Amino acid sequence: MPGWSRHDGHAIAFPLHNVDTDQLIPSRFMSTPRSQGYARFLLHDLRKDAAGEDHPHFPLNRHRHASILIAGRNFGSGSSREAAVYALVDAGIKAVFAPSFGDIFAGNAVNNGLLPACVSDDDFNLLIRSLGDGAELAMVALDRGQFSIGNVQVPFALDPSWRKKLINGWDDIDLTMQHLADIERHRTKLKQTAPWSRPVADV
Amino acid sequence: MTVPRTLLDKLWSAHEILVRADGSSLLWVDRHLVHEGSHHAFARIESRGLPVAEPELTFAVVDHYAPTRRLAQIADPQISYMVENLRNNATKHELRLFDLDDPGQGIVHVVGPEQGLTLPGLLINCGDSHTSTHGAFGALAFGIGATEVAHVLATQTIWQRKPKAMRMHIDGKLGPGVSAKDIALNWIAGLGADGAQGHAIEYAGSTVRELSMEGRMTLCNLSIEGGARFGLIAPDETTFLYLEGRPHAPRNEAWDAARKAWVHLHTDAEAEFDRDIHIDADKIAPTVTWGTSPEQAIPVTSTIPDPKALANGEAEAVRDSLDYMHLSAGDPIEGTPVDQVFLGSCTNGRIEDLRSAAAVLIDRKAKVPGLVSPGSAQVKAQAEQEGLDRIFIEAGLEWAAAGCSMCVGMNGDVVGPGKRCASSTNRNFRGRQGPGALTHLMSPAMVAAAAVTGTITDVRPLLKGGKA
Repeated sequence: MPGWSRHDGHAIAFPLHNVDTDQLIPSRFMSTPRSQGYARFLLHDLRKDAAGEDHPHFPLNRHRHASILIAGRNFGSGSSREAAVYALVDAGIKAVFAPSFGDIFAGNAVNNGLLPACVSDDDFNLLIRSLGDGAELAMVALDRGQFSIGNVQVPFALDPSWRKKLINGWDDIDLTMQHLADIERHRTKLKQTAPWSRPVADV
Repeated sequence: MTVPRTLLDKLWSAHEILVRADGSSLLWVDRHLVHEGSHHAFARIESRGLPVAEPELTFAVVDHYAPTRRLAQIADPQISYMVENLRNNATKHELRLFDLDDPGQGIVHVVGPEQGLTLPGLLINCGDSHTSTHGAFGALAFGIGATEVAHVLATQTIWQRKPKAMRMHIDGKLGPGVSAKDIALNWIAGLGADGAQGHAIEYAGSTVRELSMEGRMTLCNLSIEGGARFGLIAPDETTFLYLEGRPHAPRNEAWDAARKAWVHLHTDAEAEFDRDIHIDADKIAPTVTWGTSPEQAIPVTSTIPDPKALANGEAEAVRDSLDYMHLSAGDPIEGTPVDQVFLGSCTNGRIEDLRSAAAVLIDRKAKVPGLVSPGSAQVKAQAEQEGLDRIFIEAGLEWAAAGCSMCVGMNGDVVGPGKRCASSTNRNFRGRQGPGALTHLMSPAMVAAAAVTGTITDVRPLLKGGKA
C-alpha cells in the first residue's frame, strides 16, 4: 500500500449522523471477491432506489469525482466489515472528516490508506456550511494535521501511530515480522506460566 | 505498595509483548475465531504465501451464512460458495472447523463459551464486532477487520492501542420481565451509539453479579452498540461453574491452576477509571427501539420522540429515522403493529433467552409469523430436551437451525421491504435485516409478547398470572 502525506481533491458534505457499515455496504454484497471491485456497492441502498436507479439528489451521485467526505458523527459505526472501507477506497475516497468514527472502522480505514480524521463539532458545522450542496477543491495535509477548503482551514486529530502508518504506507505484517524473537519469547513463557491458556484438544 | 490496577490493566499487561514509542502495543492472541466472512483475510495470507502461525489456537465456525432451513438454502450458489470457501481454508490450514453438521456448530460467540474455548484471562479476536461478548468471562475480547484477521492468522499477535477504561456500575434489582437486553438498550439510549467510543467498559455492581453468564454475555455483546470495542466482567463463581467440564476448558490440575490465576482477575479496590457511570437497575423498564440506531430506544411505556423538541442536526436524524420507520412523533410505541418476529442471534439466542420467550408463549398463539433460530446446535438440542421447541411450534412460530440468520440476513433469512419485525437482535440499522426492513430491537420476552398480540407490547402483564 503506497503511503501519502498530502491529498488535493474535491470535498462534499454528507452530514448524516450514525452512517453505519451496513449503509456503507449492505451485507448481501460481501461475498464478492475484492478483485471484482467494491465501488458499485458504496452506500448502495441510500444511493439507489428499489429499481436500482440512482437518486439524483444524493451527494455522491451529484459529485462523482469527490474524494473527500465531510460526514456526521459516529461514521462507520457497527460491524467490523472491512468491506465498508473497500467500498469507499474503490470509489476513490481518500479521506473522511467527521466528529467521531466507529473504533473498528477507523482502524480498518488506516489499514487501507483511508484517512479517518476527527474534527470538532464546531469545525464540522463550519465545513458543512462552507460546502453547502457543492463540491469544492480541498487539501489534506496529513503531516501537519490540517485540512483546508479555500480560505477555511481546520485542524484534525489522528492517532500518531496511524498518521505514521498512513504516511509510510506500512504493512503491519512486515513490521511484526521484525519482532519474531520477542513473540517467541512470550509464547514460551506463556507455556510455562499459564499452560491452561492453551485449549484442550478434542477427545 | 503496588499501584492499584483495573481488570483492563491486568489483562493488557499479561498479553503485551512490546510497546512501540507511538503507544501501540503488540499483543499475544490466545484464541482466534474465524468464520465465512474471513475469506478476505485468508486470501491475503495466501497471496503472501504465509501459513497460519498457530492452527491449534484458530477455530473456524460456519455461522454468518449458515442455512437455518438447511436443504432449501444450501442450494443457493452464493451461500454454498461461502461455506465451501471456509471449509477449504480450514482443511488447508488444518483448523478445527465447526461445520453445519457438527453438534458444536452455532454462532461463533455462542460456540466459543459453550465449548470452553473462551476462558477468563485470554485475549480473543474474531473478525466480528460482537466479539466483545466473550468479555463476560473476564477475557480481553474485541472485534477486528480483515487486515487484522490476516495479521493474527500470520503472526498470532495484534497491534492495538490500549483503550480508556470506563466502569459502569449497575446496582439494584431488575423488575419482572426486565433483562440484560433492557439494561444495554437503556444505557446506549442515555450515552449514545458513540457514547463509549475509545473505551473498554467494565460492568460492575450488584445487578451484574446477579446476572447469569447468558445475561452477562448479552450485556458485553451490546458494548459495541454504544461504541465500545471491549466489554468486561470480572470472573466469579458463576463464571467458573459455567465453564467447568466444557469440552476445551482445562481439566484436573490445569483447571486448578487456572482457577488460582483467575481469582486475581478483578479491578483492585483503589484503581481509577477514566469514566464512571452509574445505573439504577430498579428504574429500568422493558425497552424497545423506535428508530434506525440502537441509541433510539425508549421504555415501552413511552411515546415516540418529537424532533421539534430537539436541536438542529439531531432533529433531522430523528425525522429521517421516523420517516424510514413509518412512525409518527408523539405516538405511543406500544401498540405499533408488527408483521413478524425473530428470536435468535449472538445477543439473545442462548438457552435462557429461549426459556424467557417460551414462558410468555406457553399456551398462547402468535398472531404474526415468526422465526426462532437457536444460537447453536447445542442450544437447540437443550431447548428440545426441555420441550421449548413444542411451545414455539404450537404457538405458530417456525423452529429452525442455528446461525446468524435474520439478524444480518446473509443466509437468505430476511425481513421483506416495508415489513416490521420485533427482533431479539443487536442492530436496527436501515436494511440490516433485508432491504427496506423495519427493525425494533427488544428482549426475547418482549419479542414473545409482540408475537402474542401482533403489536409492540409491554410483556409484564403477560407474565405468569397475567392476561393474554
